[in-house]
Amino acid sequence: MKLLAMSRNDILLFVGFVIFTLAGPIILEPFGAGYPDLLQKFAIFGIFALGFNILFGLTGYLSFGHAAFLGAGSYTAVWTFKLFSMNPIPAIILSTLIGGIFAAAIGFISLRRTGIYFSILTLAFAQMSYNLAYSVLTPITNGETGLQLAQSDPRVLDVALGRDYGAVLPSSDFFGLEMTGYPGFYFCAIFLIICFFIKIRIFRSPFGLMLRAVKSNQNRLNYTGVNSRPYDLSAFIISGMYAGLAGGLLAVTDPLAGAERMQWTASGEVVLMTILGGAGTLIGPVIGAGAIKYFENIFSAFNDTILMNAFSFLPEVLQSAAVSVTSLFVGEGWHLTLGALFMLIVIFLPGGLMEGFKRISAMIKKRMNGGSDGSASSNPTTSA
Amino acid sequence: MSILSVANVNKRFGGLKALDEVNLNIEAGTVHAIIGPNGAGKSTLLNCFVGRLKPDTGTVTFDGKSLLGIKPHEINQMGVSRVFQTPEIFGDLTLRENVLIPAFAKRDGAFKINAWNSVGDEKDLETKAMDMLADLGIAEKASDVAGQLSRGDKRRLELAMCLIQDPKLLLLDEPTAGMARADTNDTIDLMKRIAERGVTMVVIEHDMHVVFSLADKISVLAQGTVIVEDLPENIKGNLKVQEAYLGGAHL
Repeated sequence: MKLLAMSRNDILLFVGFVIFTLAGPIILEPFGAGYPDLLQKFAIFGIFALGFNILFGLTGYLSFGHAAFLGAGSYTAVWTFKLFSMNPIPAIILSTLIGGIFAAAIGFISLRRTGIYFSILTLAFAQMSYNLAYSVLTPITNGETGLQLAQSDPRVLDVALGRDYGAVLPSSDFFGLEMTGYPGFYFCAIFLIICFFIKIRIFRSPFGLMLRAVKSNQNRLNYTGVNSRPYDLSAFIISGMYAGLAGGLLAVTDPLAGAERMQWTASGEVVLMTILGGAGTLIGPVIGAGAIKYFENIFSAFNDTILMNAFSFLPEVLQSAAVSVTSLFVGEGWHLTLGALFMLIVIFLPGGLMEGFKRISAMIKKRMNGGSDGSASSNPTTSA
Repeated sequence: MSILSVANVNKRFGGLKALDEVNLNIEAGTVHAIIGPNGAGKSTLLNCFVGRLKPDTGTVTFDGKSLLGIKPHEINQMGVSRVFQTPEIFGDLTLRENVLIPAFAKRDGAFKINAWNSVGDEKDLETKAMDMLADLGIAEKASDVAGQLSRGDKRRLELAMCLIQDPKLLLLDEPTAGMARADTNDTIDLMKRIAERGVTMVVIEHDMHVVFSLADKISVLAQGTVIVEDLPENIKGNLKVQEAYLGGAHL
């Protein structure tokens, strides 16, 4: 077992990723994204999308129900806070496990079908979970209000260790370090880095090769002596665990859980993130997750006053016209921008933003080589 | 010693009797061709060997074990590899990866989570895969994506994928169907070389000429039943065969 034996490119990628993640607050400051709440979201949804890509990018199974695992993770984490301890470690261990268990159950049934039928099955299961969380399971999920902490929670472990939160509502803390603001971000960032490392290992391993073979030609794979079902299910469970962990971290940074996390829009969002960034690539989904969360934040913050100021250089008639048109795309309507962006990406860059980066770097290389070719062609003997 | 025996196999699709009391014995170390006109039941018979179809009655025994009701991947793990009519390969992966997958399947079995090594660390199998590609003359394309290969090279690759597993039995379903003349001759040469290594082969063919130079024994299937089983030199002159193929005209 050569756990650390990675190819040079992978080491560079991983080191770059670690530096970028840890220096995120500084690097993203100029873009107006250098504040902890947004950075936490980048890291958490980055984990969610990374895991989703292990299923979708490698095996090609498009799940429309991964939000169910995210939601289950959040509920588990909040319950762990309530029952055992405000320390985030047990909460995320349990939420990862529960995400995996849920995925095993849903995956076992859904993976009997492929293609669109698989997608519909996962969607149906997720919507079922969402509706159950609102109705029958209200004692566990606290229905519409959402699951919250209370002063009267037992917190057995904390009590046993003599930890008393007094009369205030406790927040999650890692041995005294509160999981809000930058500490919260770095806590999530460490998990993002671990998750990314595991993903590199999976992508490069024989296991990952088998998963790619599932996507490429499942029929051939079966006639090659491989039972593809357990491979599909493993990928599904691993991605479910990633989702559970992400859900747990959401609760760690903000200890409440609501059913809307399980809604199909949330499942759709992770699909968008993965495709936007580049399905099947190592780092694409994190970039996609970051891009969507960033735009959500920026565009939804715009309102008419800001727009009026932005267009103040125009004559008054044009100004109000410009504002009424652009206001469709910002604020409440930022989803319109997202939709348009997504359409452009799918049409022009089917491989997502990663394909865009590759094209640009190929273009730069070509231009540089083109320069040297130009000088070489002046000398026919070398150009041949 | 017979490695594959088929006894009294019947298969019906609705009102159509696709296989009618088929009996067949394949000797180890030989090339056995199953020929017959279109619709004779050749592919149905082959699908009964690999677990895609289950005969209504009768037995199919490989290496002393029944193949009935066993899944395709289990049959492969018993030592049966299969080449498809249209080459089935992993089109998005490189040639090297295409050959590595069956090598992993042979070594690790039908399912194993081998996630802590990277593919590049598996030097033994990599060497084996590259040797196999070199053997079939496609080593220089090892890093190309398999989907872009020519039809003939796809067939080579598919054979490499089967041969790397050292199969006890290699099944070929119309290996030259839809190929240009040059590719056909190429493939025949290739199969001859494989036969020389002593791999037991069953070749399903529509085109008689492909198998005459290759087969040790030929079974002629017509209307779901084996009408003749004989040495190649005796098949050509056989009246029953001519009738089945051409309604009596001479070959």
